[in-house]
Amino acid sequence: MARTHPVDELRRFSTAERWVHRTTSTLMMLAILTALFLYVPGFAELVGRRLLLVTVHEWSGILLPLPLAVGLFFKGVRADMRALDRFGPQDKGWVWRAMRHGTGTAGPAGKFNAGQKLYSALIAGLVVVMLGTGVMMWFTALSPLNLRTGASYVHDWLALVIGVLVLGHIRMAMKDPESRHGMRTGWVTRSWARREHRLWEQEQDQEQDQEQQK
Amino acid sequence: MDKEGGLAGKPVGRRVVIGVSALGALGVAFGARIESGLNGVLSTISAHDPTGITSLLPGGGGFQFYNVASFLPYRSDQDYRLTVDGLVDHPTSYTLADLEALPQTTLVRDVQCVTGWRVPNTEFGGVLLSELLDRAGVKPEGKALRFTCFDNIYSESLTLAEARRPDVMVAHQMDNAPVTRDHGGPVRLYVAPMYFYKSAKWLSGITVTDRVMPGYWEQNGYDVEAWVGRSNGRTDAPIDGE
Repeated sequence: MARTHPVDELRRFSTAERWVHRTTSTLMMLAILTALFLYVPGFAELVGRRLLLVTVHEWSGILLPLPLAVGLFFKGVRADMRALDRFGPQDKGWVWRAMRHGTGTAGPAGKFNAGQKLYSALIAGLVVVMLGTGVMMWFTALSPLNLRTGASYVHDWLALVIGVLVLGHIRMAMKDPESRHGMRTGWVTRSWARREHRLWEQEQDQEQDQEQQK
Repeated sequence: MDKEGGLAGKPVGRRVVIGVSALGALGVAFGARIESGLNGVLSTISAHDPTGITSLLPGGGGFQFYNVASFLPYRSDQDYRLTVDGLVDHPTSYTLADLEALPQTTLVRDVQCVTGWRVPNTEFGGVLLSELLDRAGVKPEGKALRFTCFDNIYSESLTLAEARRPDVMVAHQMDNAPVTRDHGGPVRLYVAPMYFYKSAKWLSGITVTDRVMPGYWEQNGYDVEAWVGRSNGRTDAPIDGE
């Protein structure tokens, strides 16, 4: 497949990686939209149907880690997880520079820049907490009321945090059509990779050189 | 550069995930206390906020709106009827004016949802359920009540002993104003010592039955006996406890 592709394009995401993103984002949007209609009185008055909304919200939430769990059976997804987890010297201060000067001039980044790493780690941690508190509100017999009050308080506040993060994530994607193209098709141009993920682009070169030497 | 920039480096991502989870657990443990502390601050701010946005913030002391029907139920004050029937000597139909002409009671309690949110010091005014039952004359075989609503879906239940408590009423006033449509007006049930799902909105029918018939959420897994627990931090513990 790689050979049929133009030489100036690089393989950024495998099919498994893209499906993990696609299914996770679908579940996340379902959870966020149903949350809006469950929580904001104006929206709740529009649609009613609370049992249906609750059921969709509970199941989209509880299934949220599933795509990644299945994805861990694939090598590319595991490699992405490692890359997202590890912060190298190039990541130090990167978010700060990107906020001030833009992502293209914030210094070289690996396959994922520090902002993407932070975003994924924050979302992952928040999903853990939302699942825990959500289950406490779903199965009310599990915990006494004062813990449930704490759970719904945490759930409601973190929902706001997640909303802001996801909006920011979508905004970054809207600003960069080529990164969206990369997530949609798996391929990006070399010039884009050099600009946004230079260290990763260099790695790709080295791998190609090694293959040619064999 | 190639080695450091690749797989090496600090596992910051993992630490963030663990840190956020730990903060979440702390929030669950102490959230109830933080909420009651912040409640006053937030409700002061939202009282002076013309946009109403702050009242949407969690713990702003606002109500969440619950409706299980596909439409927002509506009955005008003129068209409203509350029927009391089933195992009674005198089946009755009350208009809103009829209810307002009966002896009135006021209760000020915290509203407590089973999922955890709470609205402190909410005032409800109306007619004690025991008053309506006395007027209807419950037959000896009557053991429980079934409540139905003009959303045509919701239902609730109480035993006769629960229904006769002095903190269970048919409310048409809330915080010194008529119960609004959103809050289940013109008339709703208010069962102060139980979780708020027992307090059926848009109340239209009270039927005396020979046994408890579980209501809407109770058919979906919630307890029929929905006493607010002692652990909830309410100062108004259930009266006498049956």
